[in-house]
Amino acid sequence: MNIRSFIPIAILAVITTALVTGYVITNSVLADNRTVLVQSTTSTANSGLYDYLLPQFESETDIKVNVVAVGTGQAIRNASNCDADVLLVHAKEAELKFVEGGFGVQRHDLMYNDFVLIGPAKDPAAIAEIEDVTTALNAIADSKSIFASRGDDSGTHKKEQGLWQQSSTDPTQHSGEWYRETGSGMGATLNIAVGMDAYTITDRATWINFKNRGDHKILVEGDDRLFNQYGIVLVNNNKCPHSNTKSGERFVNWMISDTGQSLIASYKLKEQQLFYPNAIQAEQ
Amino acid sequence: MLPLEIKDVALTVNETHILRNINLQLTDNGITIVMGHNGAGKSILLRCMHGLLEPTEGKIQWNGDTASDVETRKKQAMVFQKPLMLNRSAAANIEYVLKLRDKPKSLVMKYLQSANLDSKSNQPAKSLSGGEQQRLAIARAIACDPEAIFFDEPTANLDPDATLQIESQIISASQQSIKVIMVTHDIAQARRLADDVVFLNKGTITEHCSADKFFTRPESAEAGNYLSAYIK
Amino acid sequence: MSTLSQIFSEVVVLLSGPDPDLIEIVWLSLRVSLTATFLACLIGLPLGALLGIKNFPGKTLCTILVNTLMGMPPVVLGLIVYLMLSRSGPMGFLQLLYTPTAMIIAQFALVLPIVAALTRQQIEDSWREYGDTMSSLCVPLSGSVKTLLWDSRLSLLTTGMAGFSRAISEVGAVIIVGGNIDHLTRVMTTAIALETSKGDLPLALALGAVLLTIALAVNSLVFSLRARIT
Repeated sequence: MNIRSFIPIAILAVITTALVTGYVITNSVLADNRTVLVQSTTSTANSGLYDYLLPQFESETDIKVNVVAVGTGQAIRNASNCDADVLLVHAKEAELKFVEGGFGVQRHDLMYNDFVLIGPAKDPAAIAEIEDVTTALNAIADSKSIFASRGDDSGTHKKEQGLWQQSSTDPTQHSGEWYRETGSGMGATLNIAVGMDAYTITDRATWINFKNRGDHKILVEGDDRLFNQYGIVLVNNNKCPHSNTKSGERFVNWMISDTGQSLIASYKLKEQQLFYPNAIQAEQ
Repeated sequence: MLPLEIKDVALTVNETHILRNINLQLTDNGITIVMGHNGAGKSILLRCMHGLLEPTEGKIQWNGDTASDVETRKKQAMVFQKPLMLNRSAAANIEYVLKLRDKPKSLVMKYLQSANLDSKSNQPAKSLSGGEQQRLAIARAIACDPEAIFFDEPTANLDPDATLQIESQIISASQQSIKVIMVTHDIAQARRLADDVVFLNKGTITEHCSADKFFTRPESAEAGNYLSAYIK
Repeated sequence: MSTLSQIFSEVVVLLSGPDPDLIEIVWLSLRVSLTATFLACLIGLPLGALLGIKNFPGKTLCTILVNTLMGMPPVVLGLIVYLMLSRSGPMGFLQLLYTPTAMIIAQFALVLPIVAALTRQQIEDSWREYGDTMSSLCVPLSGSVKTLLWDSRLSLLTTGMAGFSRAISEVGAVIIVGGNIDHLTRVMTTAIALETSKGDLPLALALGAVLLTIALAVNSLVFSLRARIT
């Protein structure tokens, strides 16, 4: 073996050492308690809300916020494994159960917006003129028009299931026929809905921010039952000793404070307000 | 490390008798040629002597040491029909065994010269011609400082010119008082090189005698038949 | 739907201006996948070579196991690593979940069986050729492993590239254990998944094109290395 052959190996070894050292530093920064880990629903992250809010919080407090954006169901499961300091989702019942189970300290209403029923412009179930959302769902069922459901235990999925229950249709009996459960996130489900000319329910923030709309549009909106409440919960230190309660609590308090609330109200995308703060009025 | 003593050796694999009832004693330096038909067990016998294969029965000893002991085997070397070149330069192939035997690197050129390959020291060994590769393999085997060296049909794939060069290397090894034990099918080559001949037939030795006697008056009928075509 | 020209113009935009966010993501992808591949080779090459050379009881079983693990779905592996590293898991105290290190661990585990299995096959084939000579020279096992690995370096480079390709292209494992956190654990594949979920298909495809460009660059680099060690 000549010496020259070793040069690439030596270079690789040096690079690796440098890389590993880099991680050790990154990790030691993370282990420090100046960071907050948030398990969040996707709509708040994908709409750019965090990019707008967090720099403000971080500069005020010198605390870094790391957001993991997944469906509400998975966010709660991850937080139940203690892999969060703060939970920010939109399924009130599940959030309260989380607190009751001892995983959360307290749940706060944070903000709201609404869900919308979207579908193809040619509207085969003719629901565009209908104001009552359950009537619209029944019309979709009656015309056997394709409906894409999240099917993933997310906040949106739970809302959709609740609406079907109030209608006169049990869509799960038609699963695989006109009722298609995608088992995917909101974005993937919207892509599928656009691809299959299907109807689906989504939160307004995600829809406004969604680019691959095709000729889909909002067909039903404004029904009171389409109300979408977001909640914020601090993970309980008793259940999760590794959790960073101190910084987490500062983050929660900041979000429901006047500063946080007015920032949420001022966030606009395409000149539309996406979230309406309601923490102080509805604090529990 | 002589004498080599083989006592009642048999090798049976899956109930096939590859070697049986082998008794042999090699006491003198020089070149011993092992001959016999294809499938007679010549290469297997060589591997047993070298300690690469353990016989199922009997004993093989080099001056009292068991053939398969690592310390015994380190005093031997083997050259195969198809030389294995390490994927590096000719010089590095020699260097490899020098390092293995704790010998100084400075000896590389000496062994390359002995194979007449000093001008090709930096060439990748695998790019050498068949004859050159075999010469390098022999130089590499000799660089191990063996007291005995085995050759398993080392010139079977080579042209007459390359064959003669290999033979001169073998003779030179023997002259350095390394015991040579070699398998060949080339009767002319055997006559050129052999001091004594072992004749193997169907897994057993039918004859072991001096080369003179073997090529002129073979005792066993099998050896006689084997040679007859050539002698006519 | 997005047209080709849309995608192309996105690629041009992405590659023309040195967007610091994109550079950060590309650099993290490379760091994570190269480190994971390097570590997997460090262990997988000798392990594969041992499996190829040494005979021991249960060797066939080991071989089948390693070959099977090549087909491990990244999502399943991600879940396993998640459960290990979760704060409520056995290694939670290390605080590694949602860090680049967690992503390296996951990709390492994904690449290791590929490197080991391909190396084993390669070395076993070579051993048929080398075995007699190595035994005759009384080369110890460790020496044989080193010699065969070095002599097979060219094909093993391809083995390493197969491992790297698997690492840099997978999304299932890193998105679970990394969490796709902006400026911390976002890599090319998770960024592509994110843009797809936002419905920004041209940007997602453009990022895909950038990913392929990086793979092309790494492969070219390795290929030039290949020429040097021949």
